[in-house]
Amino acid sequence: MSEAHARTAGSQSAGSKSAAAIDRAKAAGRKALIAYLPAGFPDKQASIDAALAVARNGADIIEIGIPYSDPVMDGAVIQAATTQALANGFRVADVFDIVAAVTAETDAAVLVMTYWNPVLRMGVDEFSRRLAEAGGAGLITPDLIPDEAAEWFAASDKYGLDRVFLVAPSSSPERVAMTVATTRGFVYAVSIMGVTGARAAVANTAQAVVAAAHAAGAERVCVGLGVSRPEHVREIAAYADGVIVGTALVAALRDGGVPAVGALAKELSTGFVPAAATPSSTTGASRQ
Amino acid sequence: MEDPATAFLAGGHGPDAGVPAHSLRHAPGPYFGSYGGRWMPESLIAALDELEDTFEKAKADPEFLAEVAELNKNYSGRPSLLTEAKRFSEHAGGARIFLKREDLNHTGSHKINNVLGQALLARRMGKTRIIAETGAGQHGVASATAAALLGMECVVYMGAEDCRRQSLNVARMQLLGATVVPVTNGSQTLKDAINDALRDWVANVGNTHYLLGTAAGAHPFPAMVRFFHEVIGEEARGQILDQIGRLPDAVCACIGGGSNAIGIFHGFLDDPSVKIYGFEAGGDGVETGRHAATITLGLPGVLHGARSYLMQDDDGQTVESHSISAGLDYPGVGPEHSYLHDVGRVTYEPITDAEAMDAFKLLSQTEGIIPAIESSHALAGAIKVGRRLTESVATPSDIVIIVNLSGRGDKDVETAAEWFGMLDENGHVKGTMLSTRSAKGATPAGSVDERTADENAEDATHE
Repeated sequence: MSEAHARTAGSQSAGSKSAAAIDRAKAAGRKALIAYLPAGFPDKQASIDAALAVARNGADIIEIGIPYSDPVMDGAVIQAATTQALANGFRVADVFDIVAAVTAETDAAVLVMTYWNPVLRMGVDEFSRRLAEAGGAGLITPDLIPDEAAEWFAASDKYGLDRVFLVAPSSSPERVAMTVATTRGFVYAVSIMGVTGARAAVANTAQAVVAAAHAAGAERVCVGLGVSRPEHVREIAAYADGVIVGTALVAALRDGGVPAVGALAKELSTGFVPAAATPSSTTGASRQ
Repeated sequence: MEDPATAFLAGGHGPDAGVPAHSLRHAPGPYFGSYGGRWMPESLIAALDELEDTFEKAKADPEFLAEVAELNKNYSGRPSLLTEAKRFSEHAGGARIFLKREDLNHTGSHKINNVLGQALLARRMGKTRIIAETGAGQHGVASATAAALLGMECVVYMGAEDCRRQSLNVARMQLLGATVVPVTNGSQTLKDAINDALRDWVANVGNTHYLLGTAAGAHPFPAMVRFFHEVIGEEARGQILDQIGRLPDAVCACIGGGSNAIGIFHGFLDDPSVKIYGFEAGGDGVETGRHAATITLGLPGVLHGARSYLMQDDDGQTVESHSISAGLDYPGVGPEHSYLHDVGRVTYEPITDAEAMDAFKLLSQTEGIIPAIESSHALAGAIKVGRRLTESVATPSDIVIIVNLSGRGDKDVETAAEWFGMLDENGHVKGTMLSTRSAKGATPAGSVDERTADENAEDATHE
């Protein structure tokens, strides 16, 4: 499998910070943990502290979400958090300070997740330039499909940024192939037809989405939506290259502050420990 | 490819020019100039593809077109009338004003044209559930109606603020068997209802069609919604030719998302002698910042799936719109309107709440027609256009204007009563609470004995 994927890896992942982070996790014998947190929630400094806490507790990639007035792909928890951030006076340019602060302190790759209009408003080139300057890895774009992304292709190439597009259970084979071919960093596999939010179980559609992306040549495919528990992480780690957690972390930050979000990241990363061993005995052993 | 509208303008078509070489009609999407497209989550692209495919096939299927035509005629009551508003015209500089009576359609507005078409498409796709957003409630009522007619489940998302402003329409939808979900996110109006409808659609796309109510959103919605409303312009064009033997000088419509407007405009886009006007909601006045004049003051951006003019701040956050009219209270606009604005074919202007309500009252009292507050924006605009166009002509009645009267005002009676100071401090219409009799079925305050006594007393009066 890896030989087949190596063909595309050279062209699409050279210099990719998020691909490098996933590969580092792989070299350490596990999969990548990708943590989403909204910028400016509960305030700017706390969002930086929370990102550092998850990075120090096992997250390989941090997604910093830009709060937006019309977040159609987000469920109630993230909507409430980003609405609060906006009410507290969050400005889009704050995200560059947050990215710079996080990249200065950790080795985690820092992606920005954003709906497209804030980027358009600033100017795609200008936004990309400032993101690269801040040390950002690239963008995850939930409402930008490759079909509409000509401007983003140009800017992401110019500034060496990752462009993480999504594939969904509903994506046709043609669209999966097109999306994989235009993605850099990793392919974001949407586990379920729905919006962000913690769910009791990982949808059984997720594995098929990952398999389709792999079959289309994607070397790195990570699963998000509805992932909230170590057992979800373990389940997904069996077939994907990374696991994306959002709502559960946002809820932890909301309810328990920075210590709680760090503790949850640590707990989630125990999901990468082989299920056959007991967590208490192998955590220490595997890290030595 | 040569831009048809640029060619249209470059040709210098004056009032006497012939048919333009390049048609602006039947623009297929997904792009209208640089507007339109699909700025949507990948999860929904397959559904949009399926819808586009189904629509394109249906459009070319005589059986489908006959089905739409039959419902338009025998269910909606089409063709809607074209009524000359003779007394109202006196207030528009003497220009002759004709009203395209979409208010007379079943459910009371133009919205029925689109919902019947889309509900039939949903059935063709095997979907059993439709969801819709609504502002004023007109589209929600129309959607609930179509769902009842075709035996489908219907869920309508409506901003909580709009539910308050249009509570009677909430009851109408419920009576028609629909579930109304009040949306308490954001500004609690139309844009937030669309957000929640999109969230529902992503999760339930297998059995659900999102019956979008305006000519906005991702492709194929703008071109498809226009297609089902083109009947307005086609009828109006034929009717005015029948009644006065020539085309009008101007056509006026109100613009929220812009579906009634694109429907009537479409009939006249290729007639260079016909000036076309779209009237946006100016709210408290565009200088106050409290308005919904998207094209007048917005900037291009992406919202709800399309690139179009958009009310947004320096960060690209959507700005909350304001209008007395729930149906125009939307910070975006359909992409074809953005294009028609940029190429100069249609003139877009704001109308304030106050101007619209003056026109609302004027039409009610000069013609005996209570218009929707949305449509009142078009009426107020027509008054301005009429005065302007008659300034330089010897015989004002030579100027002919068609106004799309997109809906009736029954739903707006409460808002209007409040606006015109017809309510007392308790919210009752003044002079309606003078009866000294206790209402039948009411439970008077007090003890059981007293109530029994009261009932006996009332019974006695009947005897």
